[in-house]
Formats: sequence, C-alpha cells, structure tokens
Amino acid sequence: MTEALDAFRAEVRDWLEANCPEEMRDGGSGEENICWGGKRWQFQSEAQKVWLERMAAKGWTVPTWPKDYGGGGLSRDEDKILQSEMRRIKARSPLQSFGIWMLGPALLHFGTHEQKAHYLPPIARGEVRWCQGYSEPGAGSDLASVQSRAEPRGDHFVVNGQKVWTSYADKADWIFALLRTDKDAPKHKGISFVLIDMSSEGVSTRPIRLISGSSPFCETFFDDVKVPREQVVGEENRGWDVAKYLLTHEREMISGGGGGLLGGRGVGAMLDGADDPVLRAGAMTCEIDALAMGLTLERYKDMAKTGSVGDASAMLKYYGTELNKRRNEVMMLAGGSDALEWDGAHGSLPADWLRSKANSIEGGTSEVMLSIISRRVLGLPA
Amino acid sequence: MTSLLKTEDETMLADSARGFLDDAAPVSHLRGLRDAGKVHDPALWAQMAEMGWTGVLVPEEAGGADMGHAAAGILAGEMGKTLVCSPFIGTAVIAATALRQVANDRASAALRGIAEGKTIYALAVDEGPKHDPDAAQMEAVADGNGFRISGAKTFVCDGMSADRVLVLARTGEGLTLFDLPTDRDGITRSAMSLVDSRDAARITFDAVAATGDDVLGQVDDAMTVLRPALEAGQAALAAEMGGVAAGAFAMTVEYLKERKQFGVPIGMFQALQHRAAHLWCETEVTASAIAHAGRKLDEDPAQATLAVSLAKARATQTVTLAVQEGVQMHGGIGMTDAFDMGFYMKRARVAAEWLGDYGYHAAIVARLREI
Ligand SMILES: Cc1cc2nc3c(=O)[nH]c(=O)nc-3n(C[C@H](O)[C@H](O)[C@H](O)COP(=O)(O)OP(=O)(O)OC[C@H]3O[C@@H](n4cnc5c(N)ncnc54)[C@H](O)[C@@H]3O)c2cc1C
Repeated sequence: MTEALDAFRAEVRDWLEANCPEEMRDGGSGEENICWGGKRWQFQSEAQKVWLERMAAKGWTVPTWPKDYGGGGLSRDEDKILQSEMRRIKARSPLQSFGIWMLGPALLHFGTHEQKAHYLPPIARGEVRWCQGYSEPGAGSDLASVQSRAEPRGDHFVVNGQKVWTSYADKADWIFALLRTDKDAPKHKGISFVLIDMSSEGVSTRPIRLISGSSPFCETFFDDVKVPREQVVGEENRGWDVAKYLLTHEREMISGGGGGLLGGRGVGAMLDGADDPVLRAGAMTCEIDALAMGLTLERYKDMAKTGSVGDASAMLKYYGTELNKRRNEVMMLAGGSDALEWDGAHGSLPADWLRSKANSIEGGTSEVMLSIISRRVLGLPA
Repeated sequence: MTSLLKTEDETMLADSARGFLDDAAPVSHLRGLRDAGKVHDPALWAQMAEMGWTGVLVPEEAGGADMGHAAAGILAGEMGKTLVCSPFIGTAVIAATALRQVANDRASAALRGIAEGKTIYALAVDEGPKHDPDAAQMEAVADGNGFRISGAKTFVCDGMSADRVLVLARTGEGLTLFDLPTDRDGITRSAMSLVDSRDAARITFDAVAATGDDVLGQVDDAMTVLRPALEAGQAALAAEMGGVAAGAFAMTVEYLKERKQFGVPIGMFQALQHRAAHLWCETEVTASAIAHAGRKLDEDPAQATLAVSLAKARATQTVTLAVQEGVQMHGGIGMTDAFDMGFYMKRARVAAEWLGDYGYHAAIVARLREI
C-alpha cells in the first residue's frame, strides 16, 4: 500500500517536473492569477494555457472524478500526494470553477449517465464555465422561497424571473438554477434544479459593483427562456435535495479556500519591528486557530472518504470564513497606512480584506450555519 | 502521517475505557473523594494498572503495554469527560516518557514499577505562579561525589501521593533532572488545597543529598530528558481538557433540551442555540489539534513541539469557553455545589495553568511559525 503510494509520489514528482511550466510555479493564488476557463476565457499567458491543457489531459484538474468523466480517478490518498507535490513546487492550481466545486459533485451524485458524460468533461477541460442561480431578491437565507418559475410546456420549460448575486454570471456559459416548477406544493417540494445555457434567448445579466471595487456578481434575468426538460437534474420538484447537497460542497470549498496562515513570510514579515502587543496577540491567536482549522479540514476530508460528513460541514464553512475575516483584519492592522491604498505596497490586500467580508455571507451566512448545526448536529428544538 | 481519525483499535480502546470509567469513576467519584478529604484512590489506580493503562507508554520489556501517545491521549480524554482523579498524566505519561529517554537498568526497573502501578511519580518543575522550566532557580550544589539540593517547588501535581519526584535544579553549567524518593531526608511536602480538589503539593528541599545515581540523564542537560516528557504530558493534558470540554458540553446540550422557560425548552432560543453551536465548532477544531499532537509524538517526536503547543493552547481556550458557557446556560443551578458543572469549571482552570498556560504555548507557536 505505502509502496504503491511511494511509487505514485515519484511518478507525480517526475511528471510535474517535466510538465509544469516555470511561470506556473510562483504559488500565485490571488484572484488575478486564477484560471476560471470557459468559452470566453482570455489566458493570462501561454504558460497558463499549456498548464491547463496538460493537467486536463491527465485528468488532474479534477483528480478524484472518475476517468470516464474527465477526471483522474485518484483515491483520496493519491490526491493528497498530488496536492502536496504541487505545493512543493508552488504550482498554481490549473483551473478553478463552480463547475468543479459545486455542479460536478452534484451531477456525480444525482445526474444520469448521459448528463454526466455530456456536462462533466467540458468542466474538467475548462471549456465551459458555470455560475450558480440560487439567490433571488426575496430568497436569501430563506432560499426555499425562490419565486422564479419554470413552467412545463410539453418537452420544455418556459422560464421567467430574476436571480441576484449571481457570481460571474456575465462570464459564465451556463447556469444551474433553482426554479419553482410547482407553485401549489409546499415550498421545499415544488423546486427543480435546472441547467440553462446562458446564450439562450431571453437570458440577460447586469453587473453589480462590490465594496472591494470589482464587480464579480450580477443580477440575472430570465424572460420567457425556453429550456429542454431533460436539463433537470434529479427528479422534477425534488430540486431541493440537489440544492442542499451542492451547498455542502460549496461550503467546504469556501471554508478551505480562505483558511490560510499568517506564519513565515506572511504577517510575520509585516510585523517585523512592530512591537504592538495587541497586534501580536491577535496574530498569534489567529495563527493557532488557522493551524487547527487546517488539521480539521484534513480530518473532515478523511471522514468524508469513509462516510458522509453531512451537516457538520456547516462547521467548516462557519469557522473557516470567520477565521479568514479575522486573518484579513490582522493583516490590515499589521500593514497600517501602507495597507490603505488600492494596489499599494501590499498589492491586493485591501481588496482581499473587503472581499473576505463576503465569505460569511455567500453560500449561507454564519448565522444560518449556526442554526443548521444547532438543529441538525446538536438536535436542539426548532 | 496517519489520519487524525481514530483507528478501529483506538475506537475500541475509547469505548472500553468509557465503559469502565462510567462505572468506576463517574463525577460522583471525585465528589466522594473531595467530601472525604482525599485526593487519591489507590483501588482505582490498581485497576488502571491491571488494564495496562499505567503502562501505556512503558516498553513491553519492562512490563508495559507500549500503546503510544495517541492511545495515552485517548485514555486521558475519556478520563477528562468524567473528571477522573488519578496520577495518570504525571506518572504514566510524564515520568514514563522521561524514564524512556534513559537506557539503563535503574530506569527499566522504575518503568516496571510504573507499569505495575506500584510507583507514583510527580514532576517538580515550577517555582513561581507560571510554568517556566527554563527559569528554574533551585540549586543543586556539588558536594563530594554528589549534590546538595536546596529550595522550593510549587504546584507539584500528585505531589502528596507520589512515591518519587522528578526535580529540576540548577547545577554548575545548566539544569539537571533528579529522580528522588519523596521520603529522602530533607524533603518536606505540604498539601495545596487546589480549587479542583486534586492532589498538589509544595515541596521544600533542605540540603537534600543526591548522588550521580539520582540523576536522570546527564548532569547539566535536563532538557534532553525533560523536554520530551513535558511535551508528552502537555499533549495528554490537552487531551484530558478536550474530554473535560466534551463532558461539560454534553451536559449543557442535554439541559438546553430539558429545561423549559416561557413554555418552551430553552434550547429553542436562538441566542442559546448559536452559542452552543459555536462552542461545538470550537470543540471540533480543538479535537483535530489534540489528535494531531498524539500522532506527531508517535511518528515524529523530535518535531512535535509545534503540534503539542498548538494542542495545549487550543484545548485551554476551548475548555475555558465550554465551562463558562456551561455554567451560564444552566442558570442558577450551574452555580450550586450539588450540581457537577462547577467541578468541570475548577478542573478546567487548574489544567489551563498546569504545564503552561495559553500565553506560554501561544508564544511557542508564534516563535516556530515566525510571527
Ligand atoms: C460575494 C457574494 C457572492 C455570491 N454569489 C452567489 C452566487 O453565485 N449565486 C447565488 O445564488 N448567490 C450568491 N450569493 C448570495 C448569498 O448566497 C446570499 O447573500 C446569502 O444566502 C444571504 O442572503 P441575503 O443576502 O438575502 O441575506 P439575508 O438572508 O437577508 O440575511 C440578512 C442577515 O440576516 C441574518 N438572518 C437571516 N435569516 C436568519 C435566521 N433565520 N436566523 C438568524 N439570522 C438570520 C443573516 O445571517 C444576515 O446576517 C453571493 C453573495 C455574496 C456576498
């Protein structure tokens, strides 16, 4: 077992050495360095393009997905090795996307074979970019009260309504949306999970500017959009189950992405010389919690391998995002006035700090996470 | 590194420990000892020896079970849940680890004594109100072929029931660790009446004679032996604290479901739900740090300092929150001596100080992480 893994590690190491372009070994993980893919994607460099193509050919943009659907078919242990070898050479992630984090796992669980074969490989290759159409003006934390309608007309639906806070809707090729297909059923029982091509007639988007200066999300409008009925994932009117399943993956992603540590060249270097005991104490405590959170993510991944983590994933989302907000506050404090300028001495720090405030809102707020834990994990009365 | 999840063997160990302790040492056992003015139950210790717990870190050649630090942590964690009063950490973890660093017949015999439950050890390091081994001032002055030790130690946990004591003293060029019987001439012990009703002593040394045979490890080099022993103890104590937090938390959640006010269970109030949920998150994150410290000590002991300090720091924060929320969410009954929550609060405070408080361990983490 360990021998096989050692051999795998050697193989991975050699392959990365031969195939990861030099420019992709800078550990760049900031927003500006992410490769999101999609039909309209403009590669930052030839190296970014080559790196994506090579990794996709190995199935390593989605290492644990089955090979049949564009994945690498790796076990959790093999995936750990791949990740650690990539970290070792500071390789960038070749591709990130909502398709990978959210839709993929939901399709693997609820999709038909035809749906998986049709939708998953383009996600793995970074050819189709997805966005998430859950929230509406009247349906935020109370997501199950979505009002946008998909009315069945023979072999297709006619979709009307409005979504909001749709991240990257203006850049996405497709959207997975929660739509009401039975308005007379109880609110959780009349929703379907529907895949819609953003280039369909009647779909439009309007960008919204965020406090961090960028406008990564949009209002999305559906005006008599025609959608084939086979684009429902899972059963019609049972979309809430798919939506919830997907949310657990989204939450794990948000909690893991933001964790991050302060040590080494991070805040340690920024603090150098500054002898503010309050700041130092904040940095220490944050580092301790971040280290423990990192271990917890690993423990939960191992748990997921043997069974379901279920609603306990709300803990990862809650704790990870609150921690990331604290971490950004510490960094801003350490930077002082140097960190107050857009694109100043600390680069994207001010924008990252502002963006981090959304972590405890998007994908379900911290308060909603705590309610999920208290009811479904602790069994407290609703 | 091995996964942080419990292995099958570890789950069995935890379950069987729980079964035994629920019977032999529920919280009422500690209460009984306190009411009788006692700090140690030899019968309970003998049973732990029979089950191999006292020898959890003793090599098989010396009669131990040699189960490792993760296993020691699991036992300590189960003990924490019901506040089991025993010299487990001082003897079976700290002393056993110290003795293991030394390869001689005397150390093997001492290890055998621990495994058999015949010898109780205490660790005498602290001299002031805060844990700081490097700052030990007590002196062992060279005298003929041996030493004369004079000075005072405080907060010596299990010090009154101990047969032997590991004493840290300053010698010519550094610090030296002595392994002395507590009935050696010149040693005087007086009981501290700790808030958690557990055993602790102040010990004075009045020109106590020690020979080279009494030195554990090398003269002027206590830390080669003491550092691993302290780290093992800190990890096990963190595990115990994780258990204390879990015990207090379980009582609190039960109460939130039972207690009715305004015609509904108080667990319906969102203010309490969210506090309970937050506390649960803290216990989960801390559990990872505790499991990690055990694994690290078993698999890479020379590099375990960060993992151990991380665990002790996190456990200290979490158990403190758990007992404070525990009392608050119980209302008035939480303040009564008749109710158990107070025992959890008191043990948490003592454990928070023992072997280094939050700040002590946070500073170690910060140093190693270059903050
Ligand atoms: C940067 C960003 C990106 C996003 N991307 C997407 C996306 O791509 N697709 C998408 O569909 N959505 C997206 N969202 C939307 C996000 O999921 C919602 O904002 C979120 O679910 C909260 O809904 P709301 O904004 O309507 O707030 P509300 O639900 O109105 O909440 C307001 C406040 O009330 C609290 N609250 C609400 N209900 C309760 C309760 N029962 N108990 C206690 N407190 C409560 C909340 O915690 C919050 O503090 C994004 C949001 C952000 C900020």
